[in-house]
Amino acid sequence: MNLLENTRVCVCAGSGGVGKTTTAAALALGAAASGRKVVVITIDPARRLAESLGVPELGNEELLVDPARLEAAGIAMKGELWALMLDPKRTFDDVVRSYAPDEETREAVLGNRIYRELSTAVAGSQEYMAMERLYELHERGEFDLLVLDTPPSRNALDFLDAPDRLLRFIDSRSLQAFLAPGRAGLRLLGAGAGVAMSVLERITGIDLLRDLAEFFSSFSSMVDGFRERARAVNELLRADATAFVLVTTPRTGSLEEAAELREQLSDRDIDFRGVIVNRVHSLEGPEAGAGELEGLLGTDLARRVAANHRDYLALSARDSASLERLGAEVGGRPIVTVPSLEDEVHDLPGLARVGSYLFGDDQTGPA
Amino acid sequence: MSGILDRRLLFVMGKGGTGKSSVAAALGLAAARHGRKVLLCEVAGQQRVTRTLVGHAPSDPYEETKLAPGLWATSVDPDSALEEYLRSQLPSRALFELLKRSRIFQYLVAAAPGSRELLTIGKIWETAQLDRPWTGAQLRYDLVIVDAPATGHGLALLAAPRTFRDVAGVGRIQRQAGRIDSFVRDPETTGVVGVALPEEMPVTETIELGSALERDIGLELGLVVMNALDPDRFSDQDAATLAGARGAGGAPVREAIEAALAQHARAAAHREQLARLEAAGRPVVTLPHVFAPELAREDIEAMSERLEAVL
Repeated sequence: MNLLENTRVCVCAGSGGVGKTTTAAALALGAAASGRKVVVITIDPARRLAESLGVPELGNEELLVDPARLEAAGIAMKGELWALMLDPKRTFDDVVRSYAPDEETREAVLGNRIYRELSTAVAGSQEYMAMERLYELHERGEFDLLVLDTPPSRNALDFLDAPDRLLRFIDSRSLQAFLAPGRAGLRLLGAGAGVAMSVLERITGIDLLRDLAEFFSSFSSMVDGFRERARAVNELLRADATAFVLVTTPRTGSLEEAAELREQLSDRDIDFRGVIVNRVHSLEGPEAGAGELEGLLGTDLARRVAANHRDYLALSARDSASLERLGAEVGGRPIVTVPSLEDEVHDLPGLARVGSYLFGDDQTGPA
Repeated sequence: MSGILDRRLLFVMGKGGTGKSSVAAALGLAAARHGRKVLLCEVAGQQRVTRTLVGHAPSDPYEETKLAPGLWATSVDPDSALEEYLRSQLPSRALFELLKRSRIFQYLVAAAPGSRELLTIGKIWETAQLDRPWTGAQLRYDLVIVDAPATGHGLALLAAPRTFRDVAGVGRIQRQAGRIDSFVRDPETTGVVGVALPEEMPVTETIELGSALERDIGLELGLVVMNALDPDRFSDQDAATLAGARGAGGAPVREAIEAALAQHARAAAHREQLARLEAAGRPVVTLPHVFAPELAREDIEAMSERLEAVL
């Protein structure tokens, strides 16, 4: 499949409700079936899908999807499929623990009043966790392919900025200013510092500023570790062997979001490999002849079947037009479509079925 | 009119892609038709509903744009909200400019986790106050409807004021956060509407949202809207007849029969999800699937008429 050739990392990007998790799982399954050792990092999968992958049995650790389960689902597996579900409750604590240079610093940060209250709200914490995990697994070098299902977010690329945002948070001249000795442990740069400072105190409250200063002071010893990790993650995301795949649906809103995503990726010097469009209606028509239908079904049912057929033909025509517009915008990159299936995909045979559309062959079809 | 539209502030919440924006707009149209002055608040998005209802994007998204008689829309952005707040709090323009230029201040606001959420919900609170404390604006709204970000982020918005109230020590921020928190948590003033699609994940998330709301915010899901429900077009008996006729006739006939069988299966799956949602115990209203890739103005108006009829 074009989208995964020469790829070690595949990031499935897209807005909410387009089928990203299913797509990521189906891509991983297909690649594993064809002989690669693959891990899919899922965010918040549907319970049944998670169960069929064996994911809820995990904490945050990757687990081999039982080959017997795959065989029972009629999927011939030449490689290995591993899966892990990112724990949404996992807090920033683990990051602090891994970067703190010593126990004293770690305890100082974890015990800080500000940190305790606000750590679960750290902007992009789930996004940051996803990036951390991806990097960590990549570095271990055990997998041929890592497929990442990105967290749901209004701005679908929040996760990309997570390492940089964190870095800006702790590595700036403003932070240095906070750490320099001065009035109440703080010092402002620039003219009018005294006045601005007192205004700031009046608005925010002196306690808050003092606690923030202590927090930043403890955190500063971890800057180097964070800086290096952020640099490494950014490098990984921009590597040639990393493929960004946009996942979308033919709904106009989704196409617009996909166009925005493309632009935002390009702003960050990241290319996207191709587009996967889910839930495509592709009835060919023409409308069935009334006489023929009536002969088979009787008048009343025939009328209703014809009306239903017309509705879906109209949808198919509009989906087709949407795909054409999308084609005009992706500069020759592959667009892979997955038809609208009557059943939600929530088990291995369902994933295999989606995979057969993604890979365009019978490798992953049920036996 | 049901109690849900008698609040001052309504949050429309749900999984991404379930149609929150359209449902929020439909609720707004319904309330406006009943004589209320309504503001539709989107959180830093694309003003899609505004474009659908008036045919073009607003020139300034942060202005309060009129969409229909009694219905206005705005987009809430933390940076604009901060500016409005500071201007209203600082005694002089000179001080305001000074603070704006202060790098420390910019850094604090950008870095403090949750500050963007606090500013967002602060602005939302402001629009729902009858005296419009930050802007002194002429427009006073009876009802503010928020098209909230997807579930987790929406909950973070609701929780932000209390977090700041508890963390900010003594001072203006703490008092302001406390005021916002009281308003947001008061079931007399604030209501929550959940939006779900007839699919497993959105229903699960809605049920979990209900629990999280009660546990963390002390609010109930006042109403759940199940969107895009496929109509019951074919009975089980029809399906049996269709299955029997499978494979017969020319290509268009076979396609029509397959499409009918697929529709029957999907409608049945949808009904299963509806039953799951109803079993959770909150009032549920359904909206039918619209057979179009995007909703037009008349679709949103039809939705609002249906909501009005059942509320």
